[in-house]
Amino acid sequence: MSAPAHTQTKPDLRAFLHGLPGVDRVGAEARAATLASRSIKTAAKQWALDMAISMIDLTTLEGQDTPGKVRALCAKAKRPDPADPTAPMVAAVCVYPDLAHVAAAELKGSGVHVASVATAFPSGRTSLEVKLADVKYAVSAGADEVDMVIDRGAFLAGDYQLVFDEIAAVKDACGPAGTAGQAGSAHLKVILETGELVTLDNVRRASWLAMLAGADFIKTSTGKVTPAATLPVTLVMLEAVRDFRDSHGRQVGVKPAGGIRTAKDAIRYLVLVNETAGEDWLDPRWFRFGASSLLNDLLMQRTKMMTGRYSGPDYFTLD
Amino acid sequence: MPKFEYAPAPESRSIVSLRESYGLFINGEFGPGVDGRAFKTISPATEEVLAEVTEAGPADVDRAVTAARKAYEHSWSAMPGRERAKYLFRIARIIQERARELAVLESLDNGKPIRESRDVDIPLVAAHFFYHAGWADKLEYAGYGPAPRPLGVAGQVIPWNFPLLMLAWKIAPALACGNTVVLKPAETTPLTALAFAEICQQADLPPGVVNIVTGAGETGRTLVEHPGIDKVAFTGSTEVGKQIARACAPTRKKVTLELGGKAANVVFEDAPVDQAVEGIVNGIFFNQGHVCCAGSRLLVQESVYSDVLASLRRRLATLRLGDPLDKNTDVGAINSAAQLAKIRELSEVGEAEGAQRWSPPCELPVKGFWFPPTIFTGVSQAHRIAREEIFGPVLSVLTFRTPAEAVEKANNTPYGLSAGVWTEKGSLILWMASRLRAGVVWANTFNKFDPTSPFGGYKESGYGREGGRHGLEAYLDV
Amino acid sequence: MSDPVSRSNGAAAARIAVRKTYKLYIGGAFPRSESGRSYVVTDQKDRFLANAALASRKDARDAVTAARKAFGGWSAATAYNRGQVLYRVAELLEGRRAQFVSEVRAAEGLTGRQGEAVVDAAIDRWVWYAGWADKLAQVRGSANPVAGPYFNFSLPEPTGVVAVIAPQASSLLGFVSVVAPAVVSGNTVVAVASERCPLPAVSLSEVLATSDVPDGVINVLTGRTAEIAPWLASHMDVNAIDLSGAASPLADDLAATAAENLKRVVKPGDEDWTLAPGLDRMLTYLETKTVWHPASN
Repeated sequence: MSAPAHTQTKPDLRAFLHGLPGVDRVGAEARAATLASRSIKTAAKQWALDMAISMIDLTTLEGQDTPGKVRALCAKAKRPDPADPTAPMVAAVCVYPDLAHVAAAELKGSGVHVASVATAFPSGRTSLEVKLADVKYAVSAGADEVDMVIDRGAFLAGDYQLVFDEIAAVKDACGPAGTAGQAGSAHLKVILETGELVTLDNVRRASWLAMLAGADFIKTSTGKVTPAATLPVTLVMLEAVRDFRDSHGRQVGVKPAGGIRTAKDAIRYLVLVNETAGEDWLDPRWFRFGASSLLNDLLMQRTKMMTGRYSGPDYFTLD
Repeated sequence: MPKFEYAPAPESRSIVSLRESYGLFINGEFGPGVDGRAFKTISPATEEVLAEVTEAGPADVDRAVTAARKAYEHSWSAMPGRERAKYLFRIARIIQERARELAVLESLDNGKPIRESRDVDIPLVAAHFFYHAGWADKLEYAGYGPAPRPLGVAGQVIPWNFPLLMLAWKIAPALACGNTVVLKPAETTPLTALAFAEICQQADLPPGVVNIVTGAGETGRTLVEHPGIDKVAFTGSTEVGKQIARACAPTRKKVTLELGGKAANVVFEDAPVDQAVEGIVNGIFFNQGHVCCAGSRLLVQESVYSDVLASLRRRLATLRLGDPLDKNTDVGAINSAAQLAKIRELSEVGEAEGAQRWSPPCELPVKGFWFPPTIFTGVSQAHRIAREEIFGPVLSVLTFRTPAEAVEKANNTPYGLSAGVWTEKGSLILWMASRLRAGVVWANTFNKFDPTSPFGGYKESGYGREGGRHGLEAYLDV
Repeated sequence: MSDPVSRSNGAAAARIAVRKTYKLYIGGAFPRSESGRSYVVTDQKDRFLANAALASRKDARDAVTAARKAFGGWSAATAYNRGQVLYRVAELLEGRRAQFVSEVRAAEGLTGRQGEAVVDAAIDRWVWYAGWADKLAQVRGSANPVAGPYFNFSLPEPTGVVAVIAPQASSLLGFVSVVAPAVVSGNTVVAVASERCPLPAVSLSEVLATSDVPDGVINVLTGRTAEIAPWLASHMDVNAIDLSGAASPLADDLAATAAENLKRVVKPGDEDWTLAPGLDRMLTYLETKTVWHPASN
């Protein structure tokens, strides 16, 4: 009989993660709700809308994706508003690895990043060998950002070491340390799949685990599981990156993904960032939205602020 | 220049229609006072005059008590509970319908942020009336015997910190139990009580069941000492509470008092830190610290002192102080010049006693009464700022080593209104709760109120409870 | 009722009324019986009132499914919220007072004054129950002073899905008196209306559908008591049953059937619905949970 998975974890990693301060869910939800009641209007709203657009990882992750679909999405990424060239570009396009080369070709020289999911997204249920091959495939196809999934089964079984080692190996496969952004090298977002972790204590532990293992970004969700991103979960992750920078001197980004559909939602997330981790994170380099339909709502709100009229879906492209 | 500057987000004042002057509400009607004396109520944020308000003299108080007695004997006490209930339900509904207007009025007159009056005060006011409406026809189940009777006419004096909410805490149970009332709101915050009088008219409440007499300390004293009332309910300072207790001692009036406090907010090393910091902030800066149950003493376990303080200071930097009607304001105005002077005085005492004073950088508006959120560290139990109620946004920070020491320090005060406990350990919460001599213990939360939850103090924080089944006792002849 | 409309030549033309269809109320919707059947409902003088849906065992099954689905949300709502929702129902009933007076009079053969008394009592009864939502825990719960370093408290919790065989004669007041005590504490209900006088209960469903009562919290079936009740009494996902509308020997059989999963049972009695109800129905549908927790430093 083999020992339970959690005893294979080095004792200090487990002790560290379990020694982190607990999260009182009622209190965390109340804090998130209070921040969500901030009223962001006029100039502040205009700034927030543009910032939110520039933070979007415009995403398509469907079995039915084709090169044509990806090309259309890339065109939108570079020019989100057909009627207004002053609208900012999004941060990245996010696709499956086998279409990364299409996105890379379309986005070359534009400044929009190519993000690819990897490691047997979304479930992550396969061997480490396959996961690493998936990562290398994505990077060599031109992805400069990789969104990996953690092994939630291992995490919930207490095998933190396995989760840690996998993240470290994936980080390695993304390219030499500190070279993200250079050719053949990608920055790593680690998807915690908070909907499956369920408790906020788990979210805090998984956040720290990912950061200790080398994550450049921690990301809430694959978007394939409900609940996906929520304000309380993102609050806990923002507290984690803030505390990690204080104790370890390294800044890590945060990406809520899935379920963020309206401009109002997006602005709430920006308020959360502003008053939790602080304004250093109010930058596409450190905060992203994993979303697709959000973009059009942001554009519609933006148009309304400029013209004074409520807009409609006919005036924006579907992709 | 912050990256993300929130633009002004003012709640519109136009929803409120202020009269130039208000009379007294006696026997279902607004009318002038006998002596023609009046005073002004101002906005503490801008010092502008909001309205002129009548000062009720002894003859006016007498008229009000007479009206209340008549209504008690002729219309209210004999009315079946289920009919009284329906009046209270009507009032609750109208409060909900006029919620935004009442919230704006409250913030104008009191100085508290609109977010608080909108999201906390007014919803609780409606809830209090709903809850007590349901008791009116169920008193035989309240645990006071098969047919508990009301007391008669209640004289009620309330403070300025939660004007309409304190009115609800007084009037709802009194009426539900079959009493009639004469209520005196605080002199600096009469406007929502006067709006409530209008609501009573809209609900067609029988005349004389509720009477509102505005005025200052004199009016309150006259009311409390009036021989025609059966019950005195007072919320305010311990000093005045003692005077009332003395004055009522030789009478057969039933008295309940809800007075001051100097609550300890105890943070253990295994507290959920981020939520504990929110709880500390909420505990002392909610409502500008104008809260009898405010967590004005932070007792933090020495082993986590520097981490907690660092988090706390960082958090205070995001508090927004300013126009109470701005929806993003967290800290509003101090209610009056007098209260501001008192806060300043005690803060100077704190410095003189050797504690270290700190506030986040804070721009104070030129007009109005303002005080920045302030922390004093290096405070010990012997310091005046650890013993005396400041009633402002000033936190005194002390340390402790063990749970037993925390309890000892928390209880080492003549007050006993509330306490906070922050730890992830359930057994410790319950152990602390059983030993804290405080009428309300908040564990991993703070400043939570509900009409079903009895509220009141031990020792010099007063006696009697408001809310819940226990709160009915104050208005029944049991 | 038709109103005469005057024409230019002075003669009046009768206005034809748009008559109501009386359907089942399940999961917030108004379906006809899946069996496609209906039955004739008459007044006390055997005059035709309407065809009401004749519910089948499958309708009963669907209603239980809807009630179970609704239970999670309704029992998790705050007591305050439940009280608010139920109070709103009373507001809507009050607004439709005239309609209900007319329906009850037609169903039960009452005079105008009697009809008004019944409807007023039904509305007031609903208000009485609404006000219990946030008080039951205080009256029924307790902190228990056990002999040890433990904090011990007892709390009432709703039992689950309650089947209600509503009184046969008292078509509105009786109906309210057996349904409200179940839902106030968070239970959900499948009610079988009076077989002879089902129409006021169906009109009440319309009030429920337009108030804030979530879909499935209250479901109303109309039809033959003897046909439907046994399916509810034997249903293993029903936690309690009120047999008020069942006469002997049916009631005894139903009680025996209900024992299969130990349903909590309210036995039929000779109840005067005009009298103030006590606590017993509410208490029957409440479980008591007692929790121990050590208190130590």
